Amino acid sequence: MMWNEVLGGILMIIGGFFYFLGGLGMIRMPDVYNRLQAGTKATTLGTFSTVLGVGIYYPPFLIKSLIIIAFVALTNPVGSSTLARASYLAGVKPAPITKVDEFKGGEEK
Amino acid sequence: MIETFFVLIGIGVVLSFIRILLGPTSSDRVAALDTMNVMLIGTITVIALVLKRGIYLDIALVYGLLSYLETVVISRYLEGRK
Repeated sequence: MMWNEVLGGILMIIGGFFYFLGGLGMIRMPDVYNRLQAGTKATTLGTFSTVLGVGIYYPPFLIKSLIIIAFVALTNPVGSSTLARASYLAGVKPAPITKVDEFKGGEEK
Repeated sequence: MIETFFVLIGIGVVLSFIRILLGPTSSDRVAALDTMNVMLIGTITVIALVLKRGIYLDIALVYGLLSYLETVVISRYLEGRK
């Protein structure tokens, strides 16, 4: 095996592990805000690692891989933020163990 | 090495799909669907590597665009509903 195949394979396995952690956070976390945090952060890092691993494993794919990484880095946090704000304004309550709610009364419809 | 990736991502997608089935509110379901969409972008990219076809990278990019649009549109819909 060449060095780029070894490095790309290791990066893909790291990305798959972070995808697995995102799925585990979906099951284990108590309310929708914690689930959004776990799912979005873990899958963003997993996408970086996996797609960069594909680009290193097979170098003709490298430019399009960098385009996909830039696209996911721009859109994934925006979607998560929009969904969190929408679910707060729609009246979804946080988990009962939540101590601080800094958004309370911040934006009245 | 690629087999290990597919095993890990299979477990992750199944856990997210269980959350889509169980979720108490609509926001939980949309959050789990967003997570699963990003996982599928990575999977399509690895399938492009396995089959050695560059056109699948374009498919992954368009899938990401449509999934982002879907998340934002459903969020705006949930926000407007009182």
